[in-house]
Amino acid sequence: MRIGAWAETAAISAAALLSSLALFGVFVALRGLDPLEVYATLFHGAFGTRFSLEHTLTQSAPLMLTALCTALPARAGLLVIGGEGALVIGGVMTVLVGVSLAGAPAPLAIAAMCAAGALGGGLWVGAAGALRHWRGVNETISTLLLNYIAIAVMNHLVTGPIRDFAQVLKPASWPIGPAFMIGEMPGTSIHWGLAFGVAACLGTWVLMRHTTFGFAVDILGGNARAARMAGLPIGVLILVTSILGGAAAGLAGAIEIIAVHGFASASLAVGYGYTGILVAFLARQNPLAVIVVAILLGGISASGGLLQRRFGLPDAATLVLQGLLFVAVLAANTLAGRFRIFRPRTA
Amino acid sequence: MPDTVLTRRQMLEGSAAALAAAGLEGIWPRLAQAAAKPVTVGFIYVGPRNDYGWNQSHAVAAKKVAKLEGVKLIEQENVPETVEAEKVMESMIRQDGAGVVFATSFGYWPSVLKLAPKHPGVLFTHIGALWKDGDPKNTIGYRGYMEEPHYLCGVAAGHLSKSRKLGFIGSKPLYFIFNNANGFILGARSVNPAITCQVVITGDWNNPVREAEVTNSLIDQGVDVIVANVDSAKVVIENAERRGIMSCGYHTDVSELAPKGFLTGAEWNWAAGAQFVKAWQTGGAYPNLLRGGFRQDMVAISPFGKAVPPEVRTKVQALRQAFVDDSLKLYKGPLKDNEGNVILKDGQVIANDDNKFKLAVNFLVEGAIGKTGLKK
Repeated sequence: MRIGAWAETAAISAAALLSSLALFGVFVALRGLDPLEVYATLFHGAFGTRFSLEHTLTQSAPLMLTALCTALPARAGLLVIGGEGALVIGGVMTVLVGVSLAGAPAPLAIAAMCAAGALGGGLWVGAAGALRHWRGVNETISTLLLNYIAIAVMNHLVTGPIRDFAQVLKPASWPIGPAFMIGEMPGTSIHWGLAFGVAACLGTWVLMRHTTFGFAVDILGGNARAARMAGLPIGVLILVTSILGGAAAGLAGAIEIIAVHGFASASLAVGYGYTGILVAFLARQNPLAVIVVAILLGGISASGGLLQRRFGLPDAATLVLQGLLFVAVLAANTLAGRFRIFRPRTA
Repeated sequence: MPDTVLTRRQMLEGSAAALAAAGLEGIWPRLAQAAAKPVTVGFIYVGPRNDYGWNQSHAVAAKKVAKLEGVKLIEQENVPETVEAEKVMESMIRQDGAGVVFATSFGYWPSVLKLAPKHPGVLFTHIGALWKDGDPKNTIGYRGYMEEPHYLCGVAAGHLSKSRKLGFIGSKPLYFIFNNANGFILGARSVNPAITCQVVITGDWNNPVREAEVTNSLIDQGVDVIVANVDSAKVVIENAERRGIMSCGYHTDVSELAPKGFLTGAEWNWAAGAQFVKAWQTGGAYPNLLRGGFRQDMVAISPFGKAVPPEVRTKVQALRQAFVDDSLKLYKGPLKDNEGNVILKDGQVIANDDNKFKLAVNFLVEGAIGKTGLKK
């Protein structure tokens, strides 16, 4: 039965992917381009060479973490879209801790910065979870608005209280210093964020699949009233999934600081949180599928540049492909359970 | 200087024609002579290429660079200032064989510094003029003195303003924004010392909603010429046009947005970067740090709008020529800031290329209404 379910998911996802590619082919053909050539370039730019593969994986790293920010609470029935804000707050917390620990041993400081980032993001989305449980505030709206608040808080800090005036052209915070930067994984040009992302997805999968906590969350997500009748601690489940989801996005912010930027600035808010929502939905909130989908979307955006440069397609072309993919997957999801061959024989 | 020098057609064809017609020695005629090795030139932009602003000013330059002999142009827009900038530049180098890369946003500089040692055969140009001793030799920083064309905009505004109230909308509280505001105000007050200018800093490079609000509020206060130093002044200029006041452009030629009220505009001439491409092609020398104004052909003004009468055009052109000849200095004493502090004493003159002074500008000149927002 499990094999049948997996086969059904895989078949539906593949059908969605192929049909969205076909539609994209029509789109580029209308612009007078050869779809096959465009597909080949897409593949080449995403996975065709060692460099493009590394580019794809670098792109996918933050998406895995921000996708968890939506995917985890979704298992408990919440629709959280606050990954962008949690990432930004996580990044700011990372800088605050990194700067105040100047001179400390690097491994200690890096661990503290990651923890601070995760804590900041966790509390940020956790607040929305708490508002939802105790005050009945819609978590989708509150997390959306919290994104704007987070970005405003960061802008306030980097243009005022923690601004580094040595950086004249762009308001930015004090740097954490090169000693605290973790850089790239040995032998590659991919930063360590990828390892964190994959580990977080695997950890989430274990949590959801092999613990009573994960089971309880799935019950809550499946039927809140049944969960209440069964005496499950609903408030705790909502709060913990929100905090863990926020912590994942906060960690993404920490990694942006310690692996990429070294300081906080407006470049923290470039949309990883929003693309993460897309990843979570395409992965149907499954942490393992998040890894695959993040790499797929990372590949699309990595090869988007090549489409611009080789074919003169606008940057929005990759958004068109992402959108088609999203719609195709949502449409394909309605097909689940309708094919007899995937059904268990016993029924 | 004859009035024909800056006709719209010639401006559109590029400053090369305009300069040649004026008998000036621009960089273009010299460039055309050297033998050209084929090269792929990559431009990366932080936003869309047709934004009526910052990115468009670079895209206009890219088109001019593409006309050089042996140059193949590749472009990518909407590249964020993250690790993605680095990957995109590297992708241009590895997958398209780019020999020269134009990184056209401030935040790309760390990526440039990281990539340059890895690709010694590639020339990286960046628009921040951030290069300092010890940075890789295959990186270049260049940037124009935009306060000079702002001065000319101010002169035009000073002649045409009836309310004697001008408006300047700035993005970030940064030295070059203050320089531009000061240029605009000094230009206007050189015509009529009774003129004042409201200076509002929005705090964002790009915040159309706030820019529109500020525009409306300035117009309500009687401002009748407005200029906006934001990523794209489109919203401000369209709003000004709709409400029947005059406007000056910024970054690139935006005259089409305001057929009635457009005066002129302060433009970059990033095409000056063509000399770097040529240097790569011929193995010639190039500066690592280049700043300049009209004298170095690194800035320009937009074609005059029809609101500007011929005698004002002539005056503005003459002052432009004075910048080229270096006979006109922007900052000269006696000069006070708008809080009454003496900045320059009578007789003190700051050279137009005095970077030390200009990079430290943290004041608004007398006549400005508003605060820098900086702690001093």
